[in-house]
Amino acid sequence: MLKMTPTVLKNLFSKSSTRMYPFEIREPFPLYRGELFNDIDNCIFCKKCEIKCPSQCITVTKDKESGTGTWTCDPFACVYCGICVDVCPTQSLRMEPNHRKPSASRDMIEMVGKIKMPKKKKAAPKKAE
Amino acid sequence: MARTIIPFGPQHPVLPEPLHMKLVVEDEIVLEAIPALGYVHRGLEKLAEIRDYHQMIQVVERVCGICSMIHSLCYCQGIEEMMKIEVPERAKYLRTIWSELHRMHSHLLWLGLFADAFGFESLFMQFWRIRERIMDLNEATTGSRVIVSVNVVGGVRQDLTPEQCSWILTELAQAEKELKTIQATILNDYTVCKRTKGVGVLTKEQAYDLGAAGPTLRGSGIAQDMRQLKYAAFDKIDFEPVVENDGDSFCRSKVRFREVLQSIDLVRAAIAGLPQGDLAAPCKGNPEGELITRVEQPRGECLYYMKGNGTKYLDRVRIRTPTFANIPPLIAMMPGIELADVPVVILSIDPCISCTER
Repeated sequence: MLKMTPTVLKNLFSKSSTRMYPFEIREPFPLYRGELFNDIDNCIFCKKCEIKCPSQCITVTKDKESGTGTWTCDPFACVYCGICVDVCPTQSLRMEPNHRKPSASRDMIEMVGKIKMPKKKKAAPKKAE
Repeated sequence: MARTIIPFGPQHPVLPEPLHMKLVVEDEIVLEAIPALGYVHRGLEKLAEIRDYHQMIQVVERVCGICSMIHSLCYCQGIEEMMKIEVPERAKYLRTIWSELHRMHSHLLWLGLFADAFGFESLFMQFWRIRERIMDLNEATTGSRVIVSVNVVGGVRQDLTPEQCSWILTELAQAEKELKTIQATILNDYTVCKRTKGVGVLTKEQAYDLGAAGPTLRGSGIAQDMRQLKYAAFDKIDFEPVVENDGDSFCRSKVRFREVLQSIDLVRAAIAGLPQGDLAAPCKGNPEGELITRVEQPRGECLYYMKGNGTKYLDRVRIRTPTFANIPPLIAMMPGIELADVPVVILSIDPCISCTER
């Protein structure tokens, strides 16, 4: 036990290694994958995130009649790997370095946005006969 | 004296995971141990049928929380070999750095738990405080503390900037300094030696015959380390496997302690030799063929058997984890020890039950 005594004494007189968590919160690291957000205005509902997601927590549906698309994410199934952010072609998905707040009910993130209609191609000029 | 059968587990204070052992005891002396496995079977290998081979990376990472990076490294290496993808040099070095960081935090976690098993709470907190530095390195460089998801088929997803490299070096220097201050306690302290020396002896012949892996094997005097197979960047970085000869619980903890210091040196060497270049090679097509890959995890040799059929779904993924290899040696260690030493001996092989049962 004597070999531990200097370490114990040093710990006794130095400042605490832990922090009083709910009152004192450490700054998150900028790269930390904490929470998934979708910027629905940029989303083109291409379903790439739905296809690549390993936990299959994202569902994308398009309704052509009303011209709207729905992007749904089940945050309780999400594993926060960040694959969807990597593959998103319009960079509308992003991850914020904060923990998701605890919740008592199973809430789905559901976002509704407008489908961007593909630009009509100009009719190819008729070949001269 | 009459024989008694005492159940150890499935839920026991020293083990967070369910491992059940029937201990046949006579006068507090264990005569025989009969293991029972299968409490946490999750069927992850079966998922290969409905997840494509890119999504399986995230699945195999969840086989074990502590060595997640090394599981995905092994899996990706296998797929790359099947598809004949040449991984960029920088990606290999980055994989080495993160896998060594994982080895360090796994060993530090174990050293803390081991100290806790024989009742040395203060030492447990010292090790976990050092571990917190490594966890912060993981979080800041990859984006997650434990399951880092940095591997993709063909390379890695994240890069290290020069500032991050120098920060890793300063944190590691500080961790090494703190480790040196408690080195005398874990290696020479009376309390520690009394509980661990000569307890659960596994001889060199037994270790070889029963197929022990990792620190259990090296603690018994056999210098075998899967990193000698020169995967990732280990062909460029020289190292000697850590070996101890007595084969008791003390030697196994000593091997792990020395391996933490060795890993610090390996990360330093990898950062010093980090080349410039791409992070990932393009990946086209689907894997076809079958092969076996092996890597060294904190607990020992991990083996992946994979069979691809040319579609994006693999036919078969079979994972043999180091704890599975270490259970027959554990049974061989048990006869002759006291009942009070059973938790220490079980912990000395670093059991990871969720690994074993996938």
